[in-house]
Amino acid sequence: MAAEGHSAGEYIAHHLQNLTVCRVDGQWVWNECHGNFYAINVDSMFFSVVLGLVFLTLFRMVAVRATRGVPGRLQAVIEMTVGFVDQSVRETFHGDSKLIAPLALTLFVWVFFMNLMDLIPVDWLPGTAALIGVPYLKVVPTTDVNITFAMALSVFVLIVFYSIKIKGIGGFAKELTLQPFNHWAAIPFNLVLEGVSLLAKPISLSLRLFGNLYAGELIFILIALMGLWQLPFHFIWAVFHILIIVLQAFIFMMLTIVYLSLAHEGH
Amino acid sequence: MDINLTIIGQTIAMIVFVWFCMKFIWPPMIQAIEERQSAIASGIAAGEKGQRELAEARDGAEKILQEARQKATQIVDVAQRRSGEIVAEAKDVAVSEGERLVAAARSEAVNESARARSLLQQEVASLAIAGAGQLLGREVDAKAHAALLDQLAAEILNQAGKRG
Repeated sequence: MAAEGHSAGEYIAHHLQNLTVCRVDGQWVWNECHGNFYAINVDSMFFSVVLGLVFLTLFRMVAVRATRGVPGRLQAVIEMTVGFVDQSVRETFHGDSKLIAPLALTLFVWVFFMNLMDLIPVDWLPGTAALIGVPYLKVVPTTDVNITFAMALSVFVLIVFYSIKIKGIGGFAKELTLQPFNHWAAIPFNLVLEGVSLLAKPISLSLRLFGNLYAGELIFILIALMGLWQLPFHFIWAVFHILIIVLQAFIFMMLTIVYLSLAHEGH
Repeated sequence: MDINLTIIGQTIAMIVFVWFCMKFIWPPMIQAIEERQSAIASGIAAGEKGQRELAEARDGAEKILQEARQKATQIVDVAQRRSGEIVAEAKDVAVSEGERLVAAARSEAVNESARARSLLQQEVASLAIAGAGQLLGREVDAKAHAALLDQLAAEILNQAGKRG
């Protein structure tokens, strides 16, 4: 619900504002960092790291106690997740890599947890934070383009790394220049084409996740503006959103696997 | 919406998390899952083997049971035959014993009648002598006329025999 004295526009803008800290003129400044690269979105970092630690702690705990006997409920859930990711990796990726599967698992569960924050009613955490003097709080890290870009760029670096590692620099260069038209005259054209397709991978990967979650969050905020009438709408959108958050986490993981398997196999 | 240092921070966090997952989560989880998979597979195999063995044992038991039944029938047959034989033998023995007894009794009777006849003959002879003595008025010398007397006695007996 919009606070008294605030317009709907201000309410929405407030909810979409990160808690940012940066250094200006030798002093730490909060939320006056527009256009300043040397700033940190404290809320995004906080929630993403906390959720990542939740993921690691949970899975590590189960991994340590994992028995080959009859698993408990928690172990069964964790093993199902691991088994699901393992199967997805095996079906798509045929190379030999110790990194891909743990990477896919981390991305899947981490992104899922970050998306899951979207289901917390939009005013709870920011409202609580306001009470203790924190002016802005964006609780869904995946609605911060920095977060999704960071993950997508890491995947991009891995794509380039594996492309070069498997095919060599020459092979990778050939892939970029001699396709789709294998003729020396077409090299610039090919380079533009392949370059765009290569660069499109991390951008689409990050913007897809960001866009879906940002839009979902925005709709939650709009629903929250409706006052008492929000309840049925909030419920319906939340149920629908459960699908979205799992699906987006899965797509992010799956595309990562596909991109890396393409980097391994070549054309 | 600005791109800022958060992107670096998140990248570092991601590298650390993925590394931790690769080192400390993925291997034990996969190992546990694979161990359980093989345990379940061997369990299923053992179950199937047990079922097969059970079926085989059932077949064996059925066979043994059938053999036992056959043997029992044979034994009963033999016993019945044997008992028939025994009964027949006993019947034979009883019949021959009976015949023997009958024969013995018959010969006894014959002997008895012969003795009675000779006794009677002597008595008749002495009676005849006594009668003749009285008729003749004197003592008849039984010894001197033994042959005659015997003949007479036999005749009388024969007569008596014819009438009686």
